[in-house]
Amino acid sequence: MMLLQLDVAFIIEKLILITVILMGSLGIAMYATWGERKVAAVMQDRRGPSRAGPFGLLQPLADGLKLFMKEEIIPDSSTRGLFILGPCLAMLTALLTSAVIPWGPDYVTEAGRIISLQVADINIGILFIFGVLSIGVYGIMLGGWASNNKFSLLSSIRAAAQAISYELAMGLSLIAVIMMTGTLSLREIVDQQHGFWSDGYFTWNFFKQPVGFMVFLICTFAELNRAPFDLAEAESELNMGFHQEYSSMKLGFYLFAEYINLFVSSVILSTLFFGGYNFPFMDQVQGAVPQFVFVAVCVLVLLTKAICFILFFMFVRWTLPRFRYDQLMKLGWKSLIPIALINMVVTGLVILWTMKK
Amino acid sequence: MQKLTNRSVQVDRSPMTMGEKMYLPAIAKGLGITLSHIFKKKATVNYPEEKRPFSPVFRGLHILNRDEEGREKCTACGLCALACPAEAITMEAAERKPGEEHLYREEKYAAKYEINMLRCIFCGYCEEACPKDAVYLTETLMPASYQRKEFIYKKEDLLIPHPKKTETK
Amino acid sequence: MEIHEILFWFLTVMALGCGLGVILSRNPISSVLFLIATFFAISGHYILMNAQFLAIVNIIVYAGAIMVLFLFVIMLMNLNADTEPQKNRLIQFAGVLSGGILFLVILAALRTTTSNAADFTSTDIGLMKNLGKVLFTQYVLPFEISSVLFLSAMIGAIVIGKKE
Repeated sequence: MMLLQLDVAFIIEKLILITVILMGSLGIAMYATWGERKVAAVMQDRRGPSRAGPFGLLQPLADGLKLFMKEEIIPDSSTRGLFILGPCLAMLTALLTSAVIPWGPDYVTEAGRIISLQVADINIGILFIFGVLSIGVYGIMLGGWASNNKFSLLSSIRAAAQAISYELAMGLSLIAVIMMTGTLSLREIVDQQHGFWSDGYFTWNFFKQPVGFMVFLICTFAELNRAPFDLAEAESELNMGFHQEYSSMKLGFYLFAEYINLFVSSVILSTLFFGGYNFPFMDQVQGAVPQFVFVAVCVLVLLTKAICFILFFMFVRWTLPRFRYDQLMKLGWKSLIPIALINMVVTGLVILWTMKK
Repeated sequence: MQKLTNRSVQVDRSPMTMGEKMYLPAIAKGLGITLSHIFKKKATVNYPEEKRPFSPVFRGLHILNRDEEGREKCTACGLCALACPAEAITMEAAERKPGEEHLYREEKYAAKYEINMLRCIFCGYCEEACPKDAVYLTETLMPASYQRKEFIYKKEDLLIPHPKKTETK
Repeated sequence: MEIHEILFWFLTVMALGCGLGVILSRNPISSVLFLIATFFAISGHYILMNAQFLAIVNIIVYAGAIMVLFLFVIMLMNLNADTEPQKNRLIQFAGVLSGGILFLVILAALRTTTSNAADFTSTDIGLMKNLGKVLFTQYVLPFEISSVLFLSAMIGAIVIGKKE
């Protein structure tokens, strides 16, 4: 049995990796809140947080401390168990996705031991992400329903309908990518995008699947419940949405999960379409520097790409107004799904044509 | 109906063209606008470190003046109270006793002088009305407080410090 | 006891317990949640049988989409004990009878089957490549027929939705 042949070194190695990834994503999510406020500020000719520490860098700590100190309120009329389960599920699913992401190339020690910078290289990595994503909506739904508040309920229903509708288009846009790569393992998808240029064309999937990327990107916005698709927490209509009744760290979990999702989605976008940890002239770099430095550079490249995506998400959020609900559904069902389907068929035809030759 | 300005525009309700329905050019345009704002000058003033200059005619908190020898100028004539449109000023006059010449300049002085800052609209009419140059509006902003009574400024709060003695209160 | 067996028994108990929870709990929302937990237990079984693809598709399709819609509808209907219509004795009796007969049939079917203990590790039919090959060669006709069935269901849903 495969499961039983784990050696101690392997377990320790994975535990360290998991800890680092969890801490890393929490840290980045924390600073994403700071970044969000800074980005919003510079786009509105303001300065943003600037009091706590230099450039307001301690602001996330202050915010976290504030959330911890707040009174924990569980409404009398709420369903207690589910009310607590909601934010926990949201946090769990947000953190779970990072398990299948390859953060860097394998590191081979002198003893010949291969240390993989991926928690679990399962052969269905993309489907795993989809599975976790589809579970993610339960956090919002249960929280909204258990609050026993009509605005929360409306918000959670909106969120669920939105998530299901956009998951379809997302999946269809990914099928085209999967057809080209021929694998569901994220590790292999990244390996296929090695370097930047080979055989007279770009290796990154973005250049092979621009339409698929656009559809995927728009769906990511919807899945993240971010503006312009943040209908689940539309302040002007639902006045806070599903986390209206939440206070203290339970609210913090929801807000935090949102930013962790943002980070993980950015990493997934860069992994699937922008080559993951690959970068131009990586072979030359690999030859020039020690292996340890090379792996570090690869991880940094992936993080840089992810941070660029995070900034882009924020950039869009502070530019576009919110969609109306019927517009959202129309866009999802009548535009994105047909586009993704056509993209899929065209990709299939191209693959068939190149295989025939 | 005659138009007041030429700025009103009829709303265009014609159906969107194919290019407009793609939204993407419009989105790119919008992103361009926000992008350009990143490089614009910030409108924020970092308040405690950096202060916006006051206008030369700014009217802030009141003071009651003294003359060069430190005698109170106010003679409790009541013209400021009369001029006040918000009826924020009340005073009580008293006669100067012999031996108090170093305290009050005129024979009559204000035993009590109160300005209710919750009523005051900082119009400066009191300043204009005063025949003795006793009341002035400074450039100080009124501080906030938790209690109403803190906003009723007594004579002691309003008087400027004695020019010779360091402590007058 | 091997870790494999421990997991098997844990998942089995979980699946059966949650299955009982579905029919025994009063609140329809907790029923749905128990059902979701049951799906997770079944997915765990799939993984034990080296069928990761089936496991994850089970989660995506059932737990992630269908159950969300169930939950959605139940939340909108706001079912509770007060709104539940009182059933008369006849209906209750018919329910018990038909349920009992179904149980009997299942029991009879299970009695006659010879259980050939599945060898968990060697089979890899649940892996995506093998499954795809089998579905598109050996079982292509049932596969296509079921897709037509789904298509007709979709059209039916649209027709119902269009009706004023």
